[in-house]
Amino acid sequence: MAKLTAEALENLESEYARTHRERSWVRVGMSTCGIAAGAEPVYKVLCEEVRKRALDVDVQRTGCLGKCHAEPLVEVNVAGAPRVLYGEVGVDAALRILDQHVEKGTVLSGMVVPTEHEGILEGQEVPRLGKQLRIVLRNCGIVDPSKIEDYIARGGYKGLKRALFDLGPEGVLEEFRIAGLRGRGGAGYPTWLKWKLTRETEAAEKYMICNGDEGDPGAYMDRSVLEGDPHSAIEGMLIGAYAIGAQQCYFYIRAEYPLAVDRVEAAIKQARRMGLVGKSILGTDFSCDMEVRLGAGAFVCGEETALIASLEGLRGTPRPRPPYPAQRGLWGMPSNINNVETLANAGPIAAHGGKWFASIGTKESKGTKVFAVTGKVRHSGLVEIPMGTTLREIVMDICGGTVGGKRIKAVQTGGPSGGVIPETAFDTPVSYESLQELGSIMGSGGLIVMDEDDCMVDIAKFYVGFCVEESCGKCAPCRVGGKQMELLLEKISARKATAPDIVELRRICHAMQKASLCGLGQTAPNPVLSTLRYFENEYEALLS
Amino acid sequence: MSDVVMVPDISRTVQKWRKKRGSLIMALHEVQNRYGYVPRNVSLQLAQLMDVPLARIYEVVTFYNYFNLEPPGRNNVSVCLGTACYLKGAPDIFDSLKEVLGLEDGGTTGDGEFHLQSVRCVGCCGLAPVVVMNGQTLSKVRPGDAKDITARAKKKE
Repeated sequence: MAKLTAEALENLESEYARTHRERSWVRVGMSTCGIAAGAEPVYKVLCEEVRKRALDVDVQRTGCLGKCHAEPLVEVNVAGAPRVLYGEVGVDAALRILDQHVEKGTVLSGMVVPTEHEGILEGQEVPRLGKQLRIVLRNCGIVDPSKIEDYIARGGYKGLKRALFDLGPEGVLEEFRIAGLRGRGGAGYPTWLKWKLTRETEAAEKYMICNGDEGDPGAYMDRSVLEGDPHSAIEGMLIGAYAIGAQQCYFYIRAEYPLAVDRVEAAIKQARRMGLVGKSILGTDFSCDMEVRLGAGAFVCGEETALIASLEGLRGTPRPRPPYPAQRGLWGMPSNINNVETLANAGPIAAHGGKWFASIGTKESKGTKVFAVTGKVRHSGLVEIPMGTTLREIVMDICGGTVGGKRIKAVQTGGPSGGVIPETAFDTPVSYESLQELGSIMGSGGLIVMDEDDCMVDIAKFYVGFCVEESCGKCAPCRVGGKQMELLLEKISARKATAPDIVELRRICHAMQKASLCGLGQTAPNPVLSTLRYFENEYEALLS
Repeated sequence: MSDVVMVPDISRTVQKWRKKRGSLIMALHEVQNRYGYVPRNVSLQLAQLMDVPLARIYEVVTFYNYFNLEPPGRNNVSVCLGTACYLKGAPDIFDSLKEVLGLEDGGTTGDGEFHLQSVRCVGCCGLAPVVVMNGQTLSKVRPGDAKDITARAKKKE
């Protein structure tokens, strides 16, 4: 394949988009959850039958459609019938879909999953789905992740092109300053500022790193992006690398996500063949290569300095900051680390400009956020909403409330570093600030719904247990404090504790927050403090 | 297990990684994928091939949950204890599997047939609670399924 130039990219985009529009298709959601639910035999039988019956339909593989509760999912778009998403499709159902819907144009109404997809035109760049708005997930469930053509047809690599030809590195920083994009991994640090600091440090080499070590149990948006739309992360990496002046990028991905690893590796190869990764990208003097490195099951490696240690082939223990990675990171060189979701925003921002992005969201928190809504909720799945949407809208309107009419008690956001938010606060608009005021954090975007059956002391114990197991043991406040918290919580659960034990628990929490070396230890008390804040009565009810 | 040696294709892949900085973890992944664990003899060879002290290798292997020093069972059962699965009754599933197999977390049956372990989130929260059986994810599992799951695995052999 010949290396692309800027002009050729544009021609390809319109050519691919045209051929894509004219085709009828059947899509099967084939991310990890789809495959786990049985999507592979469905895809196989659809391919075989379409070939046997000589139907003029493309059978496509795609990533996560966001409706995880109804996997395996099959979406059908053929001339003469509405575009429909079918849920819980087994092999028999797949054959019925071919017989009825594809061949005769009759919708099988009993299997339809209500979707906001209806009426979305192919090629429309930012689909608006009811209360949802898809920027990060713009291509997930639409493109075949193994085809760079699909990504380009939907405006992919346009942002990179604009960065290289119209903006320049300083211009990129300016666009992202205007956009107000903040880190989606949890802390919410302004992305442009991180890039600027790395750019300003002089060094022979610099590194751009993508943090795909999604360790928060209950969050899987990064996996879904890497599996469903790997090129969006690659484009984001290239734009960031260009802005900071890096020529080498690393994807650090959890080893527990083998499908994501395969798809990213394949996507890098394709991009390299087309001249979008490697030497002289799009014919310019910007050169940048990328590689995938695997994590090995350590939650603490989501912390920047621990991640860097792991990339160097060492134990993933954090070190004190400063110096920040922007000054001294991988192999002592200035390095910039961004989360997958952050990077997936970069292409559209560079293409459409910072002003467009800043028009979405709240005053301080711009753009959208992806949440993995799970737990005691009717429609668990991936949801992308503009910042400022309320928790009630997410849980009740988009995800359909609880199963069986149980009363919702709270949601938990931010995983082991976050906290619980009681139902009474559900009308709060979601932003970095508002969640922090409520005693939780945005975190990576796990949102776990809990109903009246769930004991809050048990929840706190669950998260503390997680942090005790994942503490690297380097600093005493985290190593010792975590264990002591766990013991106290066990004592409370066993109804053996007295009031002074709760005072002691609070004291340990505050000590850990102040004295721990890294984010893991500093935030490990959050689940305890937030459950104490809103549900102290549940603790008290267990006192002896 | 002292007779385990590094097979030629692994040593070739390891040689490839040697040229890249900081790739000890990647080399260990190759080893673990091949053998299911990191055998001591292979570690010794790895130390020579990669030119790193054996202590460094053990330092890394023991830090990360993903690497094992013991051979796995013929059938590997992982119960997800991530938050979503936990809320939906994963602890009960784990308990019934423990009972059926007569194992504790991380244990292997005497005949090497089954290995049972808990894992933290496999990223399939929408299908909670899940159990991963020999790499295959089973969704919406109930505690009563434990006998069935293990019996099916045995039958497949």
